[in-house]
Amino acid sequence: MHPLLNAFDRVRPAFERGPLRPLWPVYEALETFLFTPDHTTDGPPHIRDHLDIKRYMITVLYALIPCILFGMYNAGVQAFRAAGAGPQPFGPTFALGARLVLPIIITSYAVGGVWEVLFAAVRKHEINEGFLITGILFPLTLPPTIPLWQVAAGITFGVVIAKEIFGGVGFNVLNPALAARAFLYFAYPAQISGDRVWAALPPGAALADGFSSATSLAIAKATPAGAAAAAHLADAGLSWRAMLVGLETGSIGETSVIAVLLGALILLITGTAAWRIMAGGVLGLVGTAWLLGRLPAAVLAAHPFLGLPAHYHLLMGSSLFGIVFMATDPVSAAATNEGKWIYGALIGALTVVVRAFNPAYPEGVMLAILFMNVMAPLVDYLVIRVHIRHRRRYLESFARA
Amino acid sequence: MDLLSLAVKSVFIENILLASFLGMCSFLAISKRIDTAMGLGLAVIVVQTITVPTNWLLRRFFLAPGALAWTGIEPLAGLDLSFLTFVVFIATIASMVQLVEMTLDRFFPRLYQSLGIFLPLITVNCAILGGSLFMVERNYNAAQALVFGVSSGAGWALAIIAMGAVRRKLRYSNVPPALRGLGITMIMTGLMAMTFMMFSGIQL
Repeated sequence: MHPLLNAFDRVRPAFERGPLRPLWPVYEALETFLFTPDHTTDGPPHIRDHLDIKRYMITVLYALIPCILFGMYNAGVQAFRAAGAGPQPFGPTFALGARLVLPIIITSYAVGGVWEVLFAAVRKHEINEGFLITGILFPLTLPPTIPLWQVAAGITFGVVIAKEIFGGVGFNVLNPALAARAFLYFAYPAQISGDRVWAALPPGAALADGFSSATSLAIAKATPAGAAAAAHLADAGLSWRAMLVGLETGSIGETSVIAVLLGALILLITGTAAWRIMAGGVLGLVGTAWLLGRLPAAVLAAHPFLGLPAHYHLLMGSSLFGIVFMATDPVSAAATNEGKWIYGALIGALTVVVRAFNPAYPEGVMLAILFMNVMAPLVDYLVIRVHIRHRRRYLESFARA
Repeated sequence: MDLLSLAVKSVFIENILLASFLGMCSFLAISKRIDTAMGLGLAVIVVQTITVPTNWLLRRFFLAPGALAWTGIEPLAGLDLSFLTFVVFIATIASMVQLVEMTLDRFFPRLYQSLGIFLPLITVNCAILGGSLFMVERNYNAAQALVFGVSSGAGWALAIIAMGAVRRKLRYSNVPPALRGLGITMIMTGLMAMTFMMFSGIQL
């Protein structure tokens, strides 16, 4: 037998019945994390499916790997840029990025993990793999300069208030990672918005003169009246090709469209995420942006952001990252098929509405998804009601015949 | 255009329930079931649509300082009856609710049956009185008062219906015993208000 498995089996009684009983969820989580569990379901109904929560969540984690790795590299690139150093070789850049990003991820996992264990031990439920995703999604939505204590505070809010007090994984109404980010956003806006926070500095370096880490969205919004927003972005070095690759400032995981698309591909091929939500989200986003571009020319000249080509909304900011990874969270999203279309489309549309009309927030996708999380049960309810009415009519048509 | 922006503003941006936290008691009590939430939401829209313009008329022609000038009687013209505002507004609301109740009973008995006790309860819904007082405070004109009445009622209805649907989902949740019922609903209301902050700051 595997020596590690032997070790696990040796200490098992201590956790199962012995003095370490309160820590049983930790043992259980570690064991099932490392080995395939051999226990079977006790009571009927039995549904045989290879896809359990563990497989499901770990697939999402695989899909996030491109975003994580690219996020680290990009954090390094932006740090050297901020310090005024020219492009550096890949190795040192990635190492610097990892140095900047890894502490955030580790803090998020460690603090959130403590809360998970605490609740699992007190409430006697098992530690769920859902936290593996929350714990990585949350840091990916943060700027690389975020103070670590804020990461800890944010993940605490996300795990405890948004998830555990509702009963843990599967019962939360809001997406915990996004709720955590919204909490930080409203509680400590200085460290998570503005033009200064989006690029970290290499240790010991000083900020280069005239460097601004304004994100592509902020640059596009600041387009002077009469100019074209797309041209203004290109002047700042952000052509649509550059934004597709994503070596730009922004939250850690959001910048690269290519990395997000790779993740989306994995999610779609494995059927892990609902394609209806993604398709609805992209359609809603592009459709609303396209409609805004059809406004009278005078309005567009006065507010150039409204005239931004529709596909730019997909490339900028975290809209695609949000639609692919956040909106598709199966717990907080709508569950019916038609509901998924509506839910996704409204997220896309509201994102553009906030970007275009709300000067208070540069990016709308976070709040749009949270808002639709709250509305998702209502969407489902209405969809089901319409279904029931249709079927009743159909049946009544037989009764009349 | 102004009226449209006022309507959007009072449904989403300054939602009377989630931004001003008015009408919490019936919101927390009635949102347990989504169909009653819908009924009450509808009733609040109707009552709000009637009372805000009515109170506007009363204030314009009776209560505001010098409002009685239209009578042409000298001693009345200088009168300031605004100290009666609360009493008169509440009386209007109570009588309007009665009127709505009787009309529904007579012409739409099915809707009347389904609303049941919630109709008279609207009298004590702070959102209704709050709506009329906001109307005074913000100096709305007649058209604005009407639009504000409809849309603030609609905002309240949207919030309670969404909450009804969320609580339907929460019924299956494994909430800690101490938080079951009102506790988790309060927290959910707070989270809901946070998501509605998406609209705060929108300029139309």
